[in-house]
Amino acid sequence: MTTAAVTAAQAKHLSRARRQGWLEPGLLYLFLAVAVILTGAPFVYMITGSFKPNAEIFSYPLHFIPQMPTMVNYRRLLGGHEIPYVHQFGNSALVAVTQTLLTLLFSAMVGWGFAKFEFRGKQVLLLILLATLTIPFQITLVPLFLLMLRIGWLDNYLAIIIPGAISAFGAFFMRQNMLAIPSELIDAARIDGASEWGIFWRIGLPLAKGALSVLAVLVFLGSWNDYLWPLIVLRSPDKFTYPLGLATLNGLYKIEYGMILAGAFIATLPIIVVFVVGRKHLLNNLTVGAIKG
Amino acid sequence: MKYNWRRRLAPYLFISPFFVGYAIFFAYPMVWALYLSFFKKSGVGSIPRFIGVKNYLNLLSDELFLKALGNTTYYAAGSIFLIVPAALGLALILVAPRLRWRELFRLLFFSPNITAGVVVAIIFRLVFEEDYGLINNYLLAPLGIDHVRWLREPLAIMPAIILMGLWHYTGVNALYFMAGLQNIPSEVKEAATIDGATRWQVFRYITLPLLRPVLIFVLTFAIIGSYNLFGEPSVLVGPEGGPRNAGLFMTMYLYLTGFRFLELGYASALGYALALIIFVLALLQMRILGVFRED
Repeated sequence: MTTAAVTAAQAKHLSRARRQGWLEPGLLYLFLAVAVILTGAPFVYMITGSFKPNAEIFSYPLHFIPQMPTMVNYRRLLGGHEIPYVHQFGNSALVAVTQTLLTLLFSAMVGWGFAKFEFRGKQVLLLILLATLTIPFQITLVPLFLLMLRIGWLDNYLAIIIPGAISAFGAFFMRQNMLAIPSELIDAARIDGASEWGIFWRIGLPLAKGALSVLAVLVFLGSWNDYLWPLIVLRSPDKFTYPLGLATLNGLYKIEYGMILAGAFIATLPIIVVFVVGRKHLLNNLTVGAIKG
Repeated sequence: MKYNWRRRLAPYLFISPFFVGYAIFFAYPMVWALYLSFFKKSGVGSIPRFIGVKNYLNLLSDELFLKALGNTTYYAAGSIFLIVPAALGLALILVAPRLRWRELFRLLFFSPNITAGVVVAIIFRLVFEEDYGLINNYLLAPLGIDHVRWLREPLAIMPAIILMGLWHYTGVNALYFMAGLQNIPSEVKEAATIDGATRWQVFRYITLPLLRPVLIFVLTFAIIGSYNLFGEPSVLVGPEGGPRNAGLFMTMYLYLTGFRFLELGYASALGYALALIIFVLALLQMRILGVFRED
């Protein structure tokens, strides 16, 4: 069909479709406004609630803006009389940062091995790595706990960090990104007498910085928000990560909701920082897996 | 000579962290779990007693297991028929040409997804609060609907958990759909429009089929996600799932069996059963959606 064959009516139809997309603009923004309110309201209510005295949270009529703003929830929470929350927050940071660094190191190493070397059994080993992605973690929950018990890692962060750093996803993700690193660079370095580790450290890692930062954001968020496994292996309240602390408060002090909201808000702050810093990486790379299906 | 073997060994050393770590922390426990699943082992110090496939048979008549299976299926259905369509709708709006503040909207709708499950549940205990909650007061009261006892009425607990999931997961799924929609060349849609296709026809016969890979990905993870659900429901209604275990999910039941009741053999069998269910469901779904089709 030539351009001339497009009738005036068809052209009009087309330009209208192009201009408007699926919905009339007014309706479109109305839908979005509703979605924004529904998404935002719970967040706003959490934040403002943390500045309300408990009596105000459970009083009628409801207010989004605190009528009697107070810092008492924060003072009590950070004072540490109910739970050592500051300590638990620090524990979470320690675990999440260490686990992220170790995951990056392991993933980059494994990814490098698969991306930049030819060796016997490579295809089979790569298939095995991918196959492990399909195994649900619930299978190993009980025996992994028994293993931790046997090697004395209960109530020890190693129980979270070390198994957590073994990531088939991370390794595969790094491999996909490292494939693009030109082999000429590596060969040149070898001729210059660089060691294999040196090549990985000084050429591989710097050239994969983009992929590493994406992985860092994903691993950090996963570790920071994790609840189930720390709940199983951590035993003493001063070793707890913050989700366990919040869950404890939630179970013990149902009436002290202002304090719980304050804790929830504080725990969300690092995520906001990571999110704002890494948003480009995160939003654009999250969908890589989905498109390739 | 030395140079040569070092270069041959290097790749194996590079990939060893994954394989050694996986063998110790996952493969070995998996074999151990299979072994344990044929034994009765109550308490960490106890000596396992061989009982054959009895653990697996007991599952079939275990009321709590069946309850958890039912609830998990209920949530998966809610996920497929409510959260995924909502995400697709949101994505269609967000890819509209000349939309302003698109990045800002993307950020905002994605933000619930990176909020910790425990925090989400804490927020939603207030959202679902009977007398002083947001939903009863701001959404239902204006419609003249009487206070719903969201977290105390067994019939209302599952809808509450699905609504919480809607808030938590619509945004991230919309992001997946957006990426898929942006991958569809606009020429295809324009050509159909020129030939007189209505918007619905373009959506039904062009957009939707071309979105199939993303749809498969999103739906598969919707199902797996419902089997992984743990933190949100257990903080929202308690680790037993609230009144009459109305909000008990599979992974919560696994946690209760293994780490509260310390029935380690039974919990191991439960883990394997769960894996089998997820596997079958994922395969079934991929078959329905035609992953194995030849085109």
